Amino acid sequence: MPRDNSIKKVLVIGSGPIVIGQAAEFDYAGTQACRSLKEEGIEVVLVNSNPATIMTDKDIADMVYIEPLTVKVVEQIILKERPDSVLPTLGGQAALNLAMELEESGFLKENNVRLIGTTSLTIKKAEDRLEFKNTMEKLGEPIAPSIVVENVEDGIGFANKIGYPIVLRPAYTLGGSGGGIAHNEEELVDILSNGLRLSRVGQVLVERCIAGWKEIEYEVMRDSNGNCITVCNMENIDPVGVHTGDSIVVAPSQTLSDKEYQMLRTSALKIIDELNITGGCNVQYALHPTSFEYCVIEVNPRVSRSSALASKATGYPIAKVAAKIALGYTLDEIKNAITGKTYASFEPALDYCVVKIPRLPFDKFIMAKRTLTTQMKATGEVMSICTNFEGALMKAIRSLEQHVDSLFYENYGELKTEEIEEMLHRVDDRRIFVIAEALRRGISYETIHDITKIDMWFIDKIAIITEMEKRLKEEPLTKELLLEAKRIEFPDKIIGKLTGKTEKEIKELRNEYGIRAAFKMVDTCAAEFEATTPYYYSCFNSENEAEETTPKKKVLVLGSGPIRIGQGIEFDYCSVHSTWAFKQEGYETIIVNNNPETVSTDFDIADKLYFEPLTPEDVENIVEFEKPDGAVVQFGGQTAIKLTEALMKMGVKILGTSAEDVDAAEDRELFDEILEECCIPRPQGKTVFTTEEALAAAHELGYPVLVRPSYVLGGQGMQIAISDEEIVEFMKVINRVEQEHPILVDKYLVGTECEVDAVCDGEDILIPGIMEHIERAGIHSGDSISVYPAQNFSEKIIRVLEDYTRKLARSLHVKGLINIQFIVADGEVYVIEVNPRSSRTVPYISKVTGIPIVELATKVIIGNTIKGLGYTPGLQPNAEHVAIKMPVFSFEKLRGADISLGPEMKSTGECLGIGKTFNEALYKAFLGAGVNLPKYKQVIMTVKNADKLEAVEVGRRFEKLGYKIYATRSTARVLNENGVHAIKVNKLDQESPTILDLILEHKIDLVIDTPTNGRDKTRDGFLIRRHAIETGVTCLTSLDTANALLTSLETEDGTDLSLIDIATIDRK
Amino acid sequence: MKAFLILEDGTVFTGESIGSTREVISEIVFNTSMTGYLEVLTDPSYAGQAVVMTYPLIGNYGICHADEESGKPWPSGYIVRELSRLPSNFRSEDTIQNFLKEHDIPGIAGIDTRALTKILREKGTMNGCITTNENYDLDDIIARTKKYTCAGVVKKVTCSEKQILKGDGYKVALLDYGAKRNIARSLNKRGCEVTIYPAFTTAEEIIASNPDGIMLSNGPGDPAECVEIIEEIKKLYNTDIPIFAICLGHQLMALATGAKTHKMKYGHRGANHPVKDLETNKVYISSQNHGYVVDEESLDENVAVKGFVNVNDGTIEGLKYVNKNIFTVQFHPEACAGPKDSDFLFDRFIKMMEDNK
Repeated sequence: MPRDNSIKKVLVIGSGPIVIGQAAEFDYAGTQACRSLKEEGIEVVLVNSNPATIMTDKDIADMVYIEPLTVKVVEQIILKERPDSVLPTLGGQAALNLAMELEESGFLKENNVRLIGTTSLTIKKAEDRLEFKNTMEKLGEPIAPSIVVENVEDGIGFANKIGYPIVLRPAYTLGGSGGGIAHNEEELVDILSNGLRLSRVGQVLVERCIAGWKEIEYEVMRDSNGNCITVCNMENIDPVGVHTGDSIVVAPSQTLSDKEYQMLRTSALKIIDELNITGGCNVQYALHPTSFEYCVIEVNPRVSRSSALASKATGYPIAKVAAKIALGYTLDEIKNAITGKTYASFEPALDYCVVKIPRLPFDKFIMAKRTLTTQMKATGEVMSICTNFEGALMKAIRSLEQHVDSLFYENYGELKTEEIEEMLHRVDDRRIFVIAEALRRGISYETIHDITKIDMWFIDKIAIITEMEKRLKEEPLTKELLLEAKRIEFPDKIIGKLTGKTEKEIKELRNEYGIRAAFKMVDTCAAEFEATTPYYYSCFNSENEAEETTPKKKVLVLGSGPIRIGQGIEFDYCSVHSTWAFKQEGYETIIVNNNPETVSTDFDIADKLYFEPLTPEDVENIVEFEKPDGAVVQFGGQTAIKLTEALMKMGVKILGTSAEDVDAAEDRELFDEILEECCIPRPQGKTVFTTEEALAAAHELGYPVLVRPSYVLGGQGMQIAISDEEIVEFMKVINRVEQEHPILVDKYLVGTECEVDAVCDGEDILIPGIMEHIERAGIHSGDSISVYPAQNFSEKIIRVLEDYTRKLARSLHVKGLINIQFIVADGEVYVIEVNPRSSRTVPYISKVTGIPIVELATKVIIGNTIKGLGYTPGLQPNAEHVAIKMPVFSFEKLRGADISLGPEMKSTGECLGIGKTFNEALYKAFLGAGVNLPKYKQVIMTVKNADKLEAVEVGRRFEKLGYKIYATRSTARVLNENGVHAIKVNKLDQESPTILDLILEHKIDLVIDTPTNGRDKTRDGFLIRRHAIETGVTCLTSLDTANALLTSLETEDGTDLSLIDIATIDRK
Repeated sequence: MKAFLILEDGTVFTGESIGSTREVISEIVFNTSMTGYLEVLTDPSYAGQAVVMTYPLIGNYGICHADEESGKPWPSGYIVRELSRLPSNFRSEDTIQNFLKEHDIPGIAGIDTRALTKILREKGTMNGCITTNENYDLDDIIARTKKYTCAGVVKKVTCSEKQILKGDGYKVALLDYGAKRNIARSLNKRGCEVTIYPAFTTAEEIIASNPDGIMLSNGPGDPAECVEIIEEIKKLYNTDIPIFAICLGHQLMALATGAKTHKMKYGHRGANHPVKDLETNKVYISSQNHGYVVDEESLDENVAVKGFVNVNDGTIEGLKYVNKNIFTVQFHPEACAGPKDSDFLFDRFIKMMEDNK
């Protein structure tokens, strides 16, 4: 069936801010789909509140609205743009839910807009627990015995009937939010009541626990003619019980015979057919490990994280094909973009093995519970490809960038065997390392399997790795042994460690023996057809098939690896835009990255894609083959920057700012010299290595001080210390990981923080705008609300900021991007941090100013000038609108994590509020972040002593808005003394009703809890904040944020919001 | 022990010996199925060929005898990247290593199977030799390898005696040219009483048994070589008995009715081939294993018209015979290994027999 020509203008709904469970995969899917639609001449209108994405670029869609994803806003966009169709299957659960609301209210019908890609009936059948159950029963597809409950009592009743443990899954939530496994009634009550609150429709599925079964997924596609294919199946190494997003996953399945494989495949196709899906769909199964019994766990009638993974694992572009299907094409009419000859109606055949490992945020949230459950906790993931499983696993582990390049983990070697055996019972992100250690100790496969339920096949593969460790330690390093170690992807560094040689010696030995990495192609068809798409992975003991190079100049673009807190999707945005700019300038582009969720690893972004770990050795393999004319590291975040030195040693020219200058910005002494030369003040500080030095520095500077390691991301490990005790504690935490660089101790200044991103061509600078932070210094810039243009600075301050930026950029010989953070305190401007590279705010500032700074920076790097590119140097005039970047957190997913904000970044994503006025922008920013007030007009306040007087004004403003204020004793006293009526509530250790009871009654809009300085150690504050988050109550930990929220509540009621199409912003 | 795979073009791959250590010369073909190695090994259509598995990890779930598609493995050689050291599956009864040894199948592991596949794709299917003799004489081996032809294989694989699978439904005569077990099983499951006949059974004997339908099975080798069988099929064609044919059976029926077949460059072997039903325009993913194909130009549209085509290369995947109760497919609706999407064709055959009553 050819394209449906009545579809001319399509509204694509994005997935909004990055949160755990809904991440970059939707930027990848959305971008691919929008490009696919535009290819067909469709006019694309895009709405997504996330400014860090590539999909919200004017290159990707015709009209781009970075607006809150609420029904009201989307309705207004539809009325303004009048699309004929809405495509809701590319923006994850957020978009699907939104589309359902628009459809159910009758709005779409009234306005002659139809849903394409799926129908509301399909969504309902797949997503509504009861409908889903009925559909499966009708098909005869087994599901675990279950009921949908709307109250706790029914849940208890059912559990008593079928027995514990019991799995709980709330309906319509992200990443299994609020779900879990209950082993007894107490746990059941706890999880179930929480799940009921979090579910959009107040429903939770209570079902038989199938934990320990094999978890298998199928990615299937179907067109309007009923043609169905499976793109890929995947097997979770972690059995059912761990969310698939937190599991180590292998593709294709490894332990299923054809009988099992086909049984589940047939089932998946039956389901997609019954649901009448047109597009992509993900079906998850639990397969009994010792019989053919299986259960359908879940069906996602849309593209998903798994479909992104399946796309990258196979080369089959699911989102692109799904978009074409939505337009009416059938699978046999859509060309396979990889081969260019075959069609989308075939099933990829893999001739390699793919391993995905989640990136969990426990390095950021050291207090959070590391246990993995059915609620997803990972912020990102890495994927690796190899011709064998062991190799793929080893590559994936080093791709994680968690200081572990093998299966050796921290101090496990020193633990007693009994402790290791005990640790096997813990289901957390370290389990794979525990298994390896258990195998080293000779604990039997059976024991490990009995405890973990992980299939023996995988245990044996891990054993092959630990056996190799032993051989390397004990046997002479022959050519055969070295080749075998490389075949299963032991890095030279680890081989060196085990054999008592240096990395360099191993490398030389490899050269002598001719043991070199070869590159193989991902071609969807196991070499059956010739492929034209240069998508490669490396392996050893193989013939190289990477294409010979073209005579063009060649640039290596290093990606940013897995999405983690502090290094998110924004760096992928930068990598992709830089690649495009190099292409425009006639370069051959090569991307190296290992993140399957991103746009940069889509095979048609660069001329060549190497899906590889970002370690010196892996990159060197590529460099030796490609011999690039240069590499660009400034767009790939810290991951790429970290490779600078290694690249230079390989003889690769670093394009843009030199490594020495990058160092100068990070090295305290060098940097101080530069500041002195430029006469730029900075908060006083020292560099230290030991705790003693840190204490001495703190005493000299006077508390409070900021303590942090250098060369880190997102303020990792950064703390504000107010006492010796805290210094001791923080230094201990920082030094848990061996520090190659000194630790910085700085005087902490209270003032207004602001930052700039600028392009420098060595002479001139271009600053698109100044971004002012709402929260005062001390809260990480990534967690602060950021306002463009700055609202509160005098012309004089602004000129100083511009001047300092120019001086610093020049002194550091910046070629390309630079990000500088300032504090303005008492009319003085201080520099707090300089990063001569792209930053988190680059996509945001580019979009709201209409100045494509990555493109400009890239062009400057290869010799253009700012003037030559048609821009007037200096700070650009302010735009006519105000744009506010609002951080978004995923605290509800991380049990036990402290939500209070500080110098260490905690947000996972961001959204934008753009408006004609500051207040409107602020209102939209809060709305986009999910803060939708008022509901009950009740607020709880509990603030630290230092904030008490300031809190009075906050209280007064809430009172004026008609809010009822509850406060803990001393806060209540201060409020009441100052004429703000506050009701005193008991603290947790006092008698009921306490503040916690109040929160649990669900009549509270907001909790304002400012933690005491430094680390909050009182359990009270922590518990209050956790409970607020877990019951879905907005919780603010800074009075600055509270004041901003008040401003938005006082002035906006959400009617008549202006809509700004950012594609029309062009201010060249 | 080291093993070598030497192709007739002189390419040599060095790996580890698996299975039997005896030397073998054979035609080399590749299969892209990611699961179902045992079904592939026991598919009689591979008789006279050595199979390269493009999926690199083979043997992961061991050997489950119930999954065998015939009584023994047929390929003359087996070529893989890696055999799993520890099979893991609740039904696993043995390792593939033992299975190959037991059946004296020589093979080679540890070679770059993708590089080999690319050679076969670019140069076309060719002959090769697997040997464990480290002092092999390359010229001699190439000369011997070039001479090899895959001939007389149907005779090797067909059953020696008639066999009956009881059922109370339609009576189907299944001609075994190297039939996979699941063909008979698929019919039997639908109630049919299936009588399996040796390939060289005369048409007269078949017709005399008065079957409700005739099933022509898959099988190995060059169809044009099967002149005697083709003569018998001509006679079957001339009856009114409904006929359903798969793979070699499909090719033989075409040859019996005047069409021609030719050898493909490297054939279709895998579990992911899209075939389109020209009547409904629906596409099904099919299991395939064939190196020959019916010539489109040789087709007389008064005799047979295309029923299915391959979506990738447009080749004929199925024929419908004009004014006859005969339909044939090139692919494998019985799956094993592979998708069961076209399993409904057995129902179509049943319906045909029903309508013919």
